[in-house]
Amino acid sequence: MGFVADLFRNLGAAFVGWLSGFLPPWAVALVNDVAVALLLLTLALLIVLYVIWFERKAIARVQDRLGPNRAGPAGLLQNLADAMKLLIKESITPSGADRWVYNLAPILSVFAAIMLLAVVPFGAGLIGEDLNVGVLYIVAMGSLGSMAVLMAGWGSNNKYALLGGFRVVAQLLSYEIPMVLAMLSPVLLAGTLSMQGVVAAQAGGRWFGVLMPAAFLIYLVSAVAETGRSPFDLLEAESELVAGFHIEYSGMKFAWFYLAEFMNTFTLSAVATTLFFGGWLGPFVDRAPVLGVVYFAIKVSIIYALFTWFRATLPRVRIDQLMAFAWKVLVPGALANLLLVAVLAKLPLPDLLNSLLILAANVALILTGLGMIGRSLRLQTQRRLAQG
Amino acid sequence: MLLQAIFILVSLATLGAALLVVLTRNLFHSALFLAASFFGVAALYVLLEAEFLAVVQVLIYVGAIATLIVFAIMLSRGGVQRGVPLFNAEWAIVAVGVALLGGVLIVLLTQVAWPVSQAAPPADLIARLGQAFVGPYVIPFEVASALLVTALIGAILIARERE
Amino acid sequence: MLQSYAFIGILAVVAFGFAVAGLIAAWLVSPKKPNPIKNDTYECGIQTFGDTWVQFKAQYYLFALIFVIFDVEAVFLFPWAVAYRQLGFYAVVEAILFILILVGGLLYAWRKGALDWQ
Repeated sequence: MGFVADLFRNLGAAFVGWLSGFLPPWAVALVNDVAVALLLLTLALLIVLYVIWFERKAIARVQDRLGPNRAGPAGLLQNLADAMKLLIKESITPSGADRWVYNLAPILSVFAAIMLLAVVPFGAGLIGEDLNVGVLYIVAMGSLGSMAVLMAGWGSNNKYALLGGFRVVAQLLSYEIPMVLAMLSPVLLAGTLSMQGVVAAQAGGRWFGVLMPAAFLIYLVSAVAETGRSPFDLLEAESELVAGFHIEYSGMKFAWFYLAEFMNTFTLSAVATTLFFGGWLGPFVDRAPVLGVVYFAIKVSIIYALFTWFRATLPRVRIDQLMAFAWKVLVPGALANLLLVAVLAKLPLPDLLNSLLILAANVALILTGLGMIGRSLRLQTQRRLAQG
Repeated sequence: MLLQAIFILVSLATLGAALLVVLTRNLFHSALFLAASFFGVAALYVLLEAEFLAVVQVLIYVGAIATLIVFAIMLSRGGVQRGVPLFNAEWAIVAVGVALLGGVLIVLLTQVAWPVSQAAPPADLIARLGQAFVGPYVIPFEVASALLVTALIGAILIARERE
Repeated sequence: MLQSYAFIGILAVVAFGFAVAGLIAAWLVSPKKPNPIKNDTYECGIQTFGDTWVQFKAQYYLFALIFVIFDVEAVFLFPWAVAYRQLGFYAVVEAILFILILVGGLLYAWRKGALDWQ
């Protein structure tokens, strides 16, 4: 019972112990690192396999159909079949494409997606590496993705890919600011940039997402836009630029972009869980840390389900509405939230009162924001009616 | 010892990428090599145990500035310009100037007694940085903000002019 | 602390290796039958015409620049946020000043229409 209570950490310790039996300490560290890296990679692939299945099934049900149900039980092996199909597909390189840039783009995309997982805390002590700058590391690796998109667009020697690439990057850049600003609020309250540190600061039920729903919402919306998903998926819209920047990619290279997108979605859900919902914290986690993994999985699944729900139900947003929303609504909102929390948290009041004040300020912010959006939309409609 | 080897590798890679920035004829490739050299600098920061600076380097330089440079290249209708010669007519004078500058820099770096600290960086490095921002360095902190806004206004003014 | 980054370095090698290995596997396994029609760049099913550069609007550059400005602002705010707990109220005031200056810039951009997408 004792061993299972902290299963994964004990397994890790046992592994290191076994290695120490016949290797010098530096080699033990090296082999351990490589093993953890490979484990992370495998975990990422398995998660993506499951997550894509879940999303296809969920969207299918929303659209009143069954979704994949032939390959394997309940269609679980569908993704494997798709991966194999993409593997053996002919890779058609467009003429005039810049071979190095064209081939490097999908590699960079997948690379950034995998590197992100290094700082995701799956449980107590279960993190690739608890960097002191974990939160900023996430933002930094995410910004690599925009480079990959530019390379894809440019390297394809295709007007539509190039145009698609620019628009994607413009969108990615615009939504990165509100995302980073929203991530500042939990860091403020936690006083650390380390991911495990932020989780620890939410102990005792002080989940930052409950305290600051405005920050969470801003982060959520920005994350949806950062991963290029619906309703912000103008870039991949079939009716628009026919698959945008990855128009000229077939076979495995396309698979890599696809993989990177889903991995990023998972990672951003995991980051949202960590920053706003206490990560792997939950009842009895101090006695049986392995429960942390279970709680983490449940929370991330809920947030991922939110992402899927958005995709299945909301219509696409126009590009000018997209940009306007990011800069005129989300950025001021995130800054206002940050300032409010900064001012309120410094008040010399008892903790509970402080928390309630912060919550009230957040709710007020959300309502004000919605009110202003509503008013501006009404003005726009009136103007349009007056013209036409 | 291992650290030394890694440092040499990273430095060579960074310098190589920087060299390729000016030697390659394709502007887009130049931008990519520049981004690669930024990465190299970030790795050097890591070797110096300045991890905050390293992530900020990747975040700002690779994520934002490299993208900005690529956009600027596109704006200038750049691309594959095979006809552009790598060296122009004044290369001799420039070579002399660069050699002089290089000499001055080398003398500066090797002869000046820079205060080097052998101590490990404090554990709460970032917190101390934050305290410095609002403490002794608050004026540069606020001036930085004003500087950023000036750049923003300037860029918008120039862009508006073109239309 | 450097040990942590050793792991990051190893993960980088593993990630890069995996990405490349996947492409190599695909290259080994897939058929290769190029012909000029297949290799043509896609343009809604008709022949391409004109060179491949698009009229690039200055707007993209402006967005990227505004992004750089606010990115740097966010980076300045991170150390402040980390040190928040240990600082007095004056720190909040200074940060408010910092942010307000930048909000001023944002408002200017807004009024000048730099944030509108044509």
